[in-house]
This record gives sequence, C-alpha cells and structure tokens, in this order.
Amino acid sequence: MLKLTGVNMTFKPGSVNEKRALIDVNLVIHPGDFVTVIGGNGAGKSTLLNVVAGVCNNESGRIVLDGIDITRKPEYKRAAYLGRVFQDPMMGTAAGMIIEENLAMAKRRGKRRSLRWEITREERAEYCRELAKLGLGLEERLQDKVGLLSGGQRQALTLLMATLQKPKMLLLDEHTAALDPKTARKVLQLTQDLVAQEQLTTLMITHNMKDALRVGNRLIMMYEGRVIFDVEGEEKRSLDTRDLMEKFEMVSGGEFANDRMMLG
Amino acid sequence: MPAGHFYAVFIHSGGCARCNASPIDPSAGSAIAGREQKPMNVMLAMQDAFAQGLLWAVMSLGTYISYRVLQIADLSVDGTFALGGCISATLIVGGMNPFFALIFSLLGGMIAGAVTALMNTFLRIPSLLAGILTMLGLYSVNMRIMGKSNTPLLGEDTIITLAGNVLPFSKNVINLLIGIVFCVGLIAVMYWFFGTEIGCALRATGDNAKMARALGTNTDNMIILGLLLSNGLVALSGALVAQSQGFADVGMGTGTIVIGLASIIIGQVVFRFLRGNFALKLLAAVLGSVLYRVIIAIVLQLGLDTNDLKLFSAVLVAVALSVPLLREKYKASRLRKEAE
Repeated sequence: MLKLTGVNMTFKPGSVNEKRALIDVNLVIHPGDFVTVIGGNGAGKSTLLNVVAGVCNNESGRIVLDGIDITRKPEYKRAAYLGRVFQDPMMGTAAGMIIEENLAMAKRRGKRRSLRWEITREERAEYCRELAKLGLGLEERLQDKVGLLSGGQRQALTLLMATLQKPKMLLLDEHTAALDPKTARKVLQLTQDLVAQEQLTTLMITHNMKDALRVGNRLIMMYEGRVIFDVEGEEKRSLDTRDLMEKFEMVSGGEFANDRMMLG
Repeated sequence: MPAGHFYAVFIHSGGCARCNASPIDPSAGSAIAGREQKPMNVMLAMQDAFAQGLLWAVMSLGTYISYRVLQIADLSVDGTFALGGCISATLIVGGMNPFFALIFSLLGGMIAGAVTALMNTFLRIPSLLAGILTMLGLYSVNMRIMGKSNTPLLGEDTIITLAGNVLPFSKNVINLLIGIVFCVGLIAVMYWFFGTEIGCALRATGDNAKMARALGTNTDNMIILGLLLSNGLVALSGALVAQSQGFADVGMGTGTIVIGLASIIIGQVVFRFLRGNFALKLLAAVLGSVLYRVIIAIVLQLGLDTNDLKLFSAVLVAVALSVPLLREKYKASRLRKEAE
C-alpha cells in the first residue's frame, strides 16, 4: 500500500518562475490497484510519480510504502521497491550494454552488488524464457547491444526489466506516448498482461483518455497540482470520455484548454 | 653500441612530452647524434617507442575508465601522472624498494582521483572543472613531495635495473617486457572487473545514469570508484615511466590527458577489427598508445623540433577525434552522389 499524506512540491521556490507542482496531495493506493492518472500538461502527474520514485524530494508531507517511510530515501534506495518505465524509450535501458547485461542489472535491482560475475548460466536461461514471453524474438539476441533495438522493443524490454524482480509498485510515466499507435497498443497489452500475471500494484500516467478508461480499476484526474477526481470499480467502468471532459471543464472553470488531453 | 644506447636514453627524456622542465634536457645534442648514425638509431628509436608506448599504455587504460566507461574527460590525470612519478622517485631516493614505491604511487593516484570525484558528486562541480582544479592543486602537492622540481634516479635501484640484474637483456627490452607484463595483467583484471556486478553497475552509470539509479545503483559512488581506479592506474603509469627514464619531474604530466585520448582514439580508429569484446577494446587502447609513440618517434626522426611536439600531439588528437564524423559525412555524400 502506498500512502501519500499532505505532499507538497514546489519548483524554484521564491523565484519568479516558482511553480507549485503538487499541492497537498493525499492519496492511498491499495495493493493490487491499477491506477491510471490523467490531466493536462503541467497538472503534476509526472511530479507525482517523481516524488514517489525519489527523483525529486517533496518539500513537505510523507510517503509511506508498505509501512516503510520512504520520504527521505534517495532514489537509488527506493529502487529496491519500485519498477519504473519512462516516457522516453531510450531512458530505461543502457544502449551500450548487451540485452542480457541490462536484464542482469534489473535482476539485481535493490540488491547489494558484489564482485561476483554478473551473468550466470541459469540466469541466462531464465532471461531467454522471459524474453520469449514478449514475442519479439529478443530471446535470440541476448548478446546484441540494446542500442540496436527499436523504441518499441526497448520499451518492452524496459517493462520486462521493471518486473523481473517483482516490485512493490510499478510506476509507468506515459510509457507508450513516444511509440507509434500500433506499437503503443502492443506495449500497453503487454503491460496489462504483466500486471495481471504478477498482480502488481500500478500507477500509470497516460495522455490517452480512452486508455485511461479502458485500463485499470481506478482513475485519478489531476489539475494544477491537485487530485480533483478519483473513481474506481463500477463507477469508473460506467464512465466515458465525454464524462471525463465534462468533469475537466467543470473544475477548470470552463477553460477548455488547447491540450493534448483532448485528443484522446 | 654504447653510442646508440646513449641516444636512446636521450630520446627518453627529450621525446615524450616531458621535455619542458628537465635540467638534463638533451634534445639539442640528441638531434646531432641522430644525424650521425641514422640506421642504427632508427631501430633503437622504434624499440624505445614500443617500450615507452607500453608503459604509457597503463595510463591509457586508466583514461579508458574515465573517458570511455564513465564518459568523463578527467583532466586530473595531468596531475596524477606526475604525482605517481614524484611519489615513486622520492620514495626510491629515500631507500624504498622500487616495487613498493609503485604501490604507493598507485594509492596516491587513487586518493587524487577520489578528490576529483568528490568535488564532482558531493559538491556538484562539473567534472571538467573538478579535474582542472585537482590538476592545478597537484602541481603544488608534487613540488611538496619532491621538495624540488626534478628528482634524478641516477645510481638508484629501479624496477628496470633490478630486472636487468636478473635478466640478460638490454634496457629497452626490459622496458618492453615490463610494459607487456603490466598491460596484459591489467587487461585481464579489468576484463574480469567490468564483468562483475559492481563493474556492470559502473558501466551502466556511464551509459545511462538515470537507468542505473532506477535499478538501485548509487551512481555517485560509482563515479568515485571509477575515477579512483582510473587515476590510480594513471599514477602507476607515471611511476613506471619515471623509473624507466631515470627521473621524475613536476612537468612530466603535462598533456597526459591528450596522450591518453590520442591512444584510445587512434587505437579505436586504426584497429577497428578489435571490437565487440571488452578485452579487445582495451587491447586497442594499448596498441593505440604504442602507435602514438611510434608516430612521435618517426616525426622526431624526420626532424621535428621537440618543442613543437605538443602542438603536433594536439593536432593529432583533433584529427583523430574528427575522423568518425568526417567518415560519416564522406559516406553520406557518396550515397547522395550515387542516388543522383
């Protein structure tokens, strides 16, 4: 269970460019929840994920994950609990290292690293099995540099890496936004399969309202640093994109912003 | 033979980017000697270039860690190379066994590397500037260690003279053997290390720090470890060179980073078939270092003034750095022409 209590985050405090990215966010995510997060540009979606992952430190409030207070833990320590996939397919993998080295790094997420040899024979067999599940033929290319893969392949690999060592929580930051529509659908399907298989608690940011409605059991809408709408279960299933737009229009005071969110 | 040998020693002190502050700078004399006995001297100069190339290759391997693995151009090596030489020379003159002196040089270099890394990680000083600061500070440190700008090792035991007592070879051959032993040993150790869990985390830090952190790597610690190892090797190389040439000088490190980059890039460009395996890439850097010395020896034989050597090195590196880009452009323009 992830619990955020009174979390605030301000960028460049005290300057002309001061930006309050998160304002008094209170949020509880239960084990097994698959939460989709939507909101316009600058609504605070990515910041929400980043304060959970420890990329930036929230200025006030507490973040507790499964009873562990992670509020002041550095990013690399929180990695023990979190699987992450980024929007940029290049960010989640090391291009200059081969596929099996990337997987071996992921296998050791949150573990103490020693002077043992990185890849063992049993591990290699395991990576082959896991890669085969992606159905991309990557199991034949363990020794290939990741830099040779396409964006979609790299994103699928990153997803596998994020879940190779079961995380307490999976954080997806618009991980399909940079892919072409067909690949995006594939990666999203893969995400759903992996989440269902491993029963992962998931927080997924998306710009695509249809995806946000179709995927997951709970939906959060953010606006100007606040969580303004939070539905789950039956209520979420009964929503459609028009409902979401109306909701958005209501809170934003009729300001029908020229925003990517509308394109969903 | 004695005359030829004499000349080879002169090339040592005159030819290798460390001619600036040496009180026994003989470059003028060597040029004259070189013209008198050319055929023999060319052979010896080549032998010497190979030996020097291998001793300096230890520095290239160190630079490989910062420049290629961590992707940091670490300028502290100019200071740590001299630091290694100064520590070694001072300890040997003080009566220490030259092998132990090498270990202290290695440790000294590691400490200096850690200083650069701490400035970069904890104080967030950009790596280039952090390296410059360490390099500058080390000049004073090196002066303090030696108490003067130059320490000759005439009549002292060095690893070369000690090996010479046991092995029936000339000084050049012994230099060569020592260089081969160190380079082969280091390539083996580095190949092993960068295949371990920590080694992979270090490589990932240089490749994609964000990913490395997301997978639980303390990237700051990896930068510290990398620069520590890198500068340790560079100082070791400085110690080997000082013992080989028979003196240490505060100015002996000037331009080290350029020579290191030159070796790596020349190795990569010329020995393009050495790819794929990490050990082969390291071997390419070693061969690049040797080739660099050979090129220098050739241009000196052709009559280049030793004072122009640094300019030549700088131009050489600039050319080598631009080769990949120029090659791309050439390919692209040819493809365009074919299309038309």
